[in-house]
This record gives sequence, C-alpha cells and structure tokens, in this order.
Amino acid sequence: MAAMLEVKNLGISFGGLRAVNALDLTIEKGALYGLIGPNGAGKTTVFNLLTGVYKPSEGSVLLDGESIVGKSTIEICKCGIARTFQNIRLFKDLPVIDNVKAALQNEYKYSLFSSIFHTPTYRRVEKEMDEKALELLKVFDLDGVADYKASNLPYGRQRKLEIARALATDPKLLLLDEPAAGMNPNETKELMETIHFVRDHFGVTILLIEHDMKLVAGICEELTVLNFGEVLSQGKTAAVLRDPQVITAYLGE
Amino acid sequence: MEIVERMKKKNFKSNMITYAMVIIAFAIMQVWKTSGNLSSLLTGLLVPICVYVVLAISLNLVVGISGELSLGHAGFMCVGAFASAFFSKCTVDVITFVPLRFLLAVLIGAAVAAVFGLLIGIPVLRLRGDYLAIVTLAFGEIIKNVINIFYIGLDSNGFHVSTQDQFSLNMEADGQIILGGPQGITNIPKYSTFVAGVVLILVALFIVLNLINSRDGRAIMAIRDNRIAAESIGINITKYKLMAFTISAALAGAAGALYSHNLSTLQASKFNFNTSILVLVFVVLGGIGNMRGSIIAAVILTVLPEMLRFLSDYRMLIYAIVLIVMMIFNWAPKPLELRERYLGRFFHKSAKEGE
Amino acid sequence: MSFISYLVNGISLGSVYAIIALGYTMVYGIAKMLNFAHGDVIMVGGYAAFSIMMYYGGSPLMAVLVAIVVCTVLGIAIETIAYRPLLEAASPLAVLITAIGVSYFLQNVVLLIFGSTPKSFQSVVTLPNVKLFDGALTISGTTIVTIASCIIIMVVLTIFINKSKPGQAMLAVSEDKGAAQLMGINVNGTIALTFAIGSGLAAIAGVLLCSAYPSLTPYTGSMPGIKAFVAAVFGGIGSIPGAMVGGILLGVIEILAKAYISSQLSDAIVFGVLIVVLLVKPTGLFGKKIQEKV
Repeated sequence: MAAMLEVKNLGISFGGLRAVNALDLTIEKGALYGLIGPNGAGKTTVFNLLTGVYKPSEGSVLLDGESIVGKSTIEICKCGIARTFQNIRLFKDLPVIDNVKAALQNEYKYSLFSSIFHTPTYRRVEKEMDEKALELLKVFDLDGVADYKASNLPYGRQRKLEIARALATDPKLLLLDEPAAGMNPNETKELMETIHFVRDHFGVTILLIEHDMKLVAGICEELTVLNFGEVLSQGKTAAVLRDPQVITAYLGE
Repeated sequence: MEIVERMKKKNFKSNMITYAMVIIAFAIMQVWKTSGNLSSLLTGLLVPICVYVVLAISLNLVVGISGELSLGHAGFMCVGAFASAFFSKCTVDVITFVPLRFLLAVLIGAAVAAVFGLLIGIPVLRLRGDYLAIVTLAFGEIIKNVINIFYIGLDSNGFHVSTQDQFSLNMEADGQIILGGPQGITNIPKYSTFVAGVVLILVALFIVLNLINSRDGRAIMAIRDNRIAAESIGINITKYKLMAFTISAALAGAAGALYSHNLSTLQASKFNFNTSILVLVFVVLGGIGNMRGSIIAAVILTVLPEMLRFLSDYRMLIYAIVLIVMMIFNWAPKPLELRERYLGRFFHKSAKEGE
Repeated sequence: MSFISYLVNGISLGSVYAIIALGYTMVYGIAKMLNFAHGDVIMVGGYAAFSIMMYYGGSPLMAVLVAIVVCTVLGIAIETIAYRPLLEAASPLAVLITAIGVSYFLQNVVLLIFGSTPKSFQSVVTLPNVKLFDGALTISGTTIVTIASCIIIMVVLTIFINKSKPGQAMLAVSEDKGAAQLMGINVNGTIALTFAIGSGLAAIAGVLLCSAYPSLTPYTGSMPGIKAFVAAVFGGIGSIPGAMVGGILLGVIEILAKAYISSQLSDAIVFGVLIVVLLVKPTGLFGKKIQEKV
C-alpha cells in the first residue's frame, strides 16, 4: 500500500535563498504527523509547495501514489489536499455557514441558470449543502453561530471554522498551519481533542505545523524537524524530541 | 437547521423589501404622472432614473460583490446603447411589432455588451486593484473613441462601412446612414417608457439578488474576501471573476439600450469617464454591496442636480460640496465614532435594516 | 525631418505629462490613493498664472511663482480638509469618490469666477524659436523650456528624496506608515508635504501646458490629468523614474499616433499601449512586483 504522502528531494530557491532543500518525507495513511522547527525554517514554504502556491525547483510529491508537482492550487485541492493558514484567512464578510458552503461547491453543483432562477435543482442541492455544512459545523461546535459573520467570531473559533472549511473539500490530507497559535492552554487542550477526533471521524491524514511543544508531543505520532530549510531530524515523536541536535536548534548552543 | 431557515427568511424579507420599494415608488410616480401634476422636468427624468438605477445595480455587482474597482462601466453602457439602437434602426421594416423589436433591441444590447465584457475581462481580470481600475478606464475610453470613427450605411445592396466619412460609403440613392461617426446614430425610435425601465430594474435586481444567494455568488464573494483562501478550497478565480464581470456588463448594456431608445440622437462622446464615475458614486454612497442603498443613491443623485436648478450656476458647486460632506460623514472613522456616540440608536437601527 | 519635429513635440508634451505624473505617483506612493483632483489643480495653476499676467500685469516669472504658491496651499488644504479624515476609512473607494468631489468643486469654483469661455493664455516663455538644419526644423522656446524644466525637476526631486531628511521620511512613510510613526516621523506632516510638492509641480505643469496649448477652460485639467495618471501607471505607480519615463513615452506615442495614424484614434492608441504594457508587466515598467505572502 502506498503512503498518503511521499515527498522526495523537494527543494525551492527564492533568488539566492535556499528556502527548502532536499526534503524527504513519507506520511502513512491516517497518520498525525508534525512539522516543526524554529521561525524561518521553511515550514510554511513546505505547505505552499505541497498546495501548489509555489512550484518546486526540483523534487517529486506523490499524493496517494499520484504525482501532484506542477498542478495548480485548485487541481491539488481537487486531488485531496486541504489546508488552513497561519494568519487566519476566512471569508470574513460571509456568514459562518457560507464559509463552509463555499468549500462544498466542488462536490455540490448546479448550473448558472439554476443560480439565477432558483430552480428546483437549486433548492434541492442547497438543502443538501446546508445539511452537510451544519454537520461539519457541529463537529466544531459552530452550528449555533452559523448565521454570524465570520469576522465576528472570537479568534479560537475562527481557527476552528478554518479547519471545518478545509474539511468541507473532503480531503485525504489535511495541512494545519499553527492551529494553536494565539490559543490559551485550555483552548489548546480542546483543540488537541478536536484534531484527534477529526482524524478518526473523517479518516484524514493530518500534517501540522506547530510551535506549541505540548500539543506536538501530545498528538503527533511522528515528526520532521526543519532548520534553515534542511531536515534536522526525523522519526517517532519521543525520539526526535530527545535528539540533541533538535534541542540545540531550539535552545541555542 | 432552524438557524438556516431563519437566515433564509431574513434574506427573503430583505429582498422583498427591495422589490416592494421599487414597485411602490413606481406606483406613486405612475399615479402622480396620470394625475397630470408631475412636472415635465420630473416626467423627463423617469427613464434616465431607471437607466442609472440599473447601472448602479450592475456596477455594484462588480464593485460590491466581486470586489473589483471598475472605472469603465460607461463603455459597456455605450456598447449596449449603440448595438440596440443600430438593431432598431435596421429592423424598422422587418419587425413591425414595436414591443417585440424593443425587447429584442434590449436583449441584443445586453448580449453585445456581455461579449465585450467577456473579451475585456479575460485580460483585465489578471490584474489587481488599481491596475485593474485603470485598464477598465482605458477600455471605456477606447470603446468610445473607436465607435466615434465608424460610418455605417444601409442601402438596397446591404451594409457599407467606412472609417473616413459618410461620402466614402458609396451608397445607392435609397441609402440611409445609420451610424455617422461623431454624429452617432440619429432618429432613434423612442421606445423607452417608465414601465419598461421599471421592469428592467426588477429584472436586474432579480438576477443580481438571486445570484448573490447561490453557489456562484458565494464563490464570487469568497474570492472578494480572500483570494488565496478561495483558491485553496478549489474555487476557480478567473471563472467567477469573469462571470461577475460579464453579467454586470450585460446589465449595463441593457441599461444602455433603455438609454438610447429614450433619446433621438446617440453620441459616443456622452459615455465618457464622468459617466462611469457618476455610477461609481451611486454605488459607494449607497453602500458597497448594498443593492437597496445604491438604488436609493441613484435616484436621489439623479434628481438632486435637477432639483437644484434654481441655484443656477451654484448647482454643481453645491452638488460637489454635498458629495464631499456625505463621503466624510459616511466613511471617515472620526465622524462615524461621533455618530455612534450621539445618534447611536437611531443609526444602528437603520444600519441593521440596510443589511 | 517632420518625424524629428513630431518627436520633439512629443517629448515636450510628454514632459508636461511627466511633471503631472510625478505628483500623481508621489501622492499614490504615500497615501495609496488615486487623487483624481490632481488634474484640476493644474487648471487652477493655469488660471492663477493667467490672472497675474492679465489682470495685475505681472511678469511671467511672477505668474509662475504665484501659481506655485496658490497650488501648494490648495494642495495642503485639500489634503487636510477632504482627504485626511478618510485615509483610514474602511474602503479605499471613499477617498477616491471624495477626490472626485474635490475635482467637481474646483471646476465649478473656477467656472463661477472666470466663466466658461476659454481664456487665451499668453505663453510665459519669451525665448525665441530655435531653427536647426537651415530652418528645416523649428523648435519653439516653450518646448525647450518645458523639456528643460522636466529634467531639472526630475534631478532636484531625486536628490531631495534620496538625500534630504523630509525626503527620507517620505520613503519611510510610503513603505510602512505605522513603523514610520514609531520611529518618530511626523506622518501627517509628511503626507501634507507630499501633497504640497505634488501640487506645486502641478502648477508648473499647468503653466507649461497652457503655454503650449493656450486655450484655458475650467475643464482644461481633466484630460491631461487622466493621461498623466495613465503615464504614472504605465511607468509603475509609486515609482519616480517610472512616472518620468511613462510620461515622456505617452507624450511621444500620442503625438506620433496623431501624426501618422489618426488624430481621432490617438487617445485610443495611448490607452491601448497602456493595456498591452500592463498585460506584459502587470505593475508597469518600473513597478515593484507585489506578491502576497501566504
């Protein structure tokens, strides 16, 4: 059985800067995998490479056995990678539920004609979308605020809405960029449970970037540590966190 | 599910208020008109008001819903006006049933404008922000200039086209000049009525309001709110931006058709930058993305300069001052804060209703 | 020889566009707003100079100086009264519409004072025409002065921005307003200074424009204003060398298109070239590439 994600020798340069170099990464199906490293190590760049925001200078990326290098962001989304963003990017003026419905639109379709004339097809499909969206929102305890404007949600719930939106695209692989950033310890704990639940309930593979070591140690089964774009250490979480090189990179000499 | 039902109901109510507002305003004006008490000035303004309302709705689709600044909307109006007037002139003997000819003329105006919207949109929508704005401005000016140099005549041998002057058309004696360069199109049949105008407003509202509450509208607004996130969930940016732009162009073209069939003479020079700006003012003043607001703003700002005629030379000066003061009062953070503090309750209420 | 003569005329007209575009670009760079009233400041400059020469019998030099003072004060006044309250508004469109209001305002005030009949402007340049190649090519004194002014302004402005303290403050504010404020820069003062300089330049452009095309009406500034805006975008809005190159290219294209293709289509051609340039280089010739960080 092929791994969910198989990255070989991935690299990218911006001008003279080598942002990511010779990255190898294998994530098995259903894994909860962590990508950590100091600021500027190239973690978000890896996400941008995986989702087609940047085109890699070299290397290969196989998603569930299928190559996705060179594909556009939209195609990659359709292949089954969804993501959240480090600085939250919601559709801020849309209601909470519409943030999720917007992401359902590749799965639930009707024509422009139906859009304009609100035909029976429109009514039927919209109803299905509403049900599906509410179901997703319920997972994150957001169904009660479905009619709020997204920007009116508190920070922690905005992060959750972003995850709900990503899940609405029905991904195989979910990329979470610092999901706990700005959360207090209680919220973080709750988030850890949610992430576990999402993995088990939706059967997705999760790759996450995080600075909160408690969260990483608590939920990630395997880790890759990046430093200056290079892999510093890779393997089971407990072993990686004991690696002296990793400790040096984080705490300094 | 109750929340969803509630949202739908609220939305439905809001849309119905908008339609009702248009219909009631229409009824009042119609009664006033038949009673014979409506001044000839206002009577003459009825169709132009409808034209500007449709334009405001159509531009609000681009500026408010799609979130792109377009400064060349008069260009699409121009295309629609000329295409429809051209059609009407050519088919005088072919289609004798006037309402049908007018309906076809409006549809052709909309269709030709939509084609232009699509063709211009493909390159333009790759640009961002102010660069996009300037290119729409440029296209608006180009359309105007290009129409200005064409001469088209029709005689028993068919169409004759020239870019020189009307004499180089080499027409037979029975020939008729349809498009006369800078003179434009003359003797256009006057088909536009207030009723037709209001119907067009309702159609435009129907299209735009329904679009907003649909899968496509959601995608368009998602792109407006966050392009990168929209892309990350698989929304095709170009497709939806183009969709909004083209529909908007079609509506502007239809408005142009209404405009041209209200005048006997149509000249391209009328569709300049100032016309585009005028419509943008309606949209911004009425509330970006707020259809009801832009309808009200379009009506008030079309009637206001005429009502201020007694000020004669000071008219446009007052208009300019009103515009600046209203912008500062409505948008500047400081007055908004003061407004909130002293008139909070009153404005809060009306702001909520305006949603 | 006629080609060279057209070219010279094009560079001259382009120099005027460039001076106007400099004002546009500086204001855009610092306030991130499209100042549609800029063209009308040019027109006010023209009327100021005209009044001094016509009604008060002032010398051309005096007329130019008064025009500069009038426009500078006007620029600061517009910025403080109409734009400043809106620079932090929720939508950038608010200040754009206000700029249009200011544009109508200026046109109508001048209309009330001077009427709509075109005023015949007397050139401020008293330099004789220069004949080259045994008289085959005549270059007017106005043309020479226009091109020379443009070069001088460009040099002085570049030195001012790169070497002087207020100039550096402008760069800082245009880069990051918040950071500039934290570094102790007077942001509002710097923005006002930018408007002052832009408007002063507009006055010079107005006088030069009217010297070359002597008919002055309240709407004289509109079209050159839009063209200069195009020039600024053409060169990459916010970039000073861009405004210069964009202005001159635009002037040359316009005059050559008028001469060789069609005088009716010259504007369409100018705008057409702009579109092509932007499609190839989406932020203009010298514009910075903007990439949103993900």
